[in-house]
Amino acid sequence: MSANGQAHTDFHATLRAVTRTYPGARPVHALGSIDLDIARGEFFSVVGPSGCGKSTLLDVLAGLSAPTTGRVSFEGKQVAGRVPEGVGVVFQEDASFPWLTVYDNVAFGLRRAGMDAAETARRVDYAVGFMGLRDFTHAYPAQLSGGMRQRVCIARTLVLQPRLILLDEPFGALDQQTRLLMGDELLRLWRETGASVLLITHALDEAAMLSDRVGVMSARPGVFIDLVTTGWARERDSRIVSDPGFGAITARLWSSLRTESMKAIGREA
Amino acid sequence: MGDAPRPAPRTHVKKLGDSLLILALILAIWQGLYAYAGDVAISSPLNTFTFATGLLTHAPFWDHAAATLLAFAYALAISAAAGIALGLLLGLRRFAGDVAEPLLVSLYTIPKVTLYPVMLLVFGLGMSAKVAFGVIHGMIPVILFTLTAVKNIPPVLLRTARALQLRPLETATTVLAPAVMPEIITGLRVGFALTLLGVLIGEMFASQRGLGFLIINGINSHDVRMTTAVAVIVVVFAVFVNGAMLALDRRVHHARA
Repeated sequence: MSANGQAHTDFHATLRAVTRTYPGARPVHALGSIDLDIARGEFFSVVGPSGCGKSTLLDVLAGLSAPTTGRVSFEGKQVAGRVPEGVGVVFQEDASFPWLTVYDNVAFGLRRAGMDAAETARRVDYAVGFMGLRDFTHAYPAQLSGGMRQRVCIARTLVLQPRLILLDEPFGALDQQTRLLMGDELLRLWRETGASVLLITHALDEAAMLSDRVGVMSARPGVFIDLVTTGWARERDSRIVSDPGFGAITARLWSSLRTESMKAIGREA
Repeated sequence: MGDAPRPAPRTHVKKLGDSLLILALILAIWQGLYAYAGDVAISSPLNTFTFATGLLTHAPFWDHAAATLLAFAYALAISAAAGIALGLLLGLRRFAGDVAEPLLVSLYTIPKVTLYPVMLLVFGLGMSAKVAFGVIHGMIPVILFTLTAVKNIPPVLLRTARALQLRPLETATTVLAPAVMPEIITGLRVGFALTLLGVLIGEMFASQRGLGFLIINGINSHDVRMTTAVAVIVVVFAVFVNGAMLALDRRVHHARA
């Protein structure tokens, strides 16, 4: 997989004055106003208290739902009504297709796009190997653990060679050790593909370890209250947790988030 | 929980043993019933088998069987196609589905024989009435199973379809259809049995051909051997097809369980 998109200055995805209100008898103002620029090749994470609109932000950026006001663009074109070509989404829930084997799950998007069998096989083999699923190529999702199913979903997105990958708490359901290792895989994937990444997470350490920049969101309606630049080198992995800078970043994220999280809990109680 | 998994061959032997036991039990009850009610109501198992064997080598019987099978095939095709289509539609249009579901459940519980006079006036005697009667029995469970299957699809799969830039038709054929397939097969299995029931009842009341007609004709002309033998043949056919569909059903569910 080639490292495409080496230009550094242009913004890859942009949100301008974006808000989202869920209509109804009592409309819920879930998000915004949000202004955000994601640079080409950047690893950007969003942390925030539960229910702050993180997933809404991802939906709007992906084109899965339209902003109530404001403008979303990807590679200079407005995102409207559908997911643009070049954007890949990985959800929090298990979204593997239970009726397909691992191989067929991963090949799904390529076959749909009409890619020939040889190239499909080449890309699927690569993605399956990359995600450590080689021994389970012909297994069904029901035979896999939760972490492996999530890797199937990542591989299914990866084979399409997205230039912007959006991940909505993809490791939320996994244990801590698995999450750290999946984080390493995600970093490797990010480096090898050259894609931009937006990661939604509730884990501060995950955000601090993986990201170039972390956006901290307030309680609902979610707005960015802090943007933290980590300054990590592009070559990095989970061993970064022993770096003194890691503790400082995590501490800053938590100090920004603490009052907001208390608000969120108070509101829910 | 202490039950260790048995080796496969023993399970098969046990299953076969169970089946033979049930078969023996049925034959015993049958023989007992015969002893109690006598030749005027039911013929003995042995007599029935002798008669049925003769019947199966007798050409006119196959004309009747063919008539039933043809009506059944039409009815099942309509039940399946219309049932799946309506189930999908009602499942996708949530409001329509919420309105229709209790109505369908009520319709399902109506003894449909009460509708028979109406069906006869609408469809007349013969093939179309038989088929229509099969369809009103068989279609509702297919609709209900399909509707429930569509309603229970995890929303994340449909979000995934959108994230993969699938068009609505592609979503229907490559995500929706396989996601609901196991439930639909269960619906078809139930629909199969009820469609057969409907067709046979239809033949009993409004036809000059078919296995249902043979049964009712046997009753009218007091040919007890005929009614018993045809009933047994129908039961054996239904048990075999149902068994095959149950195996398919389990297989499809098992792959993803």
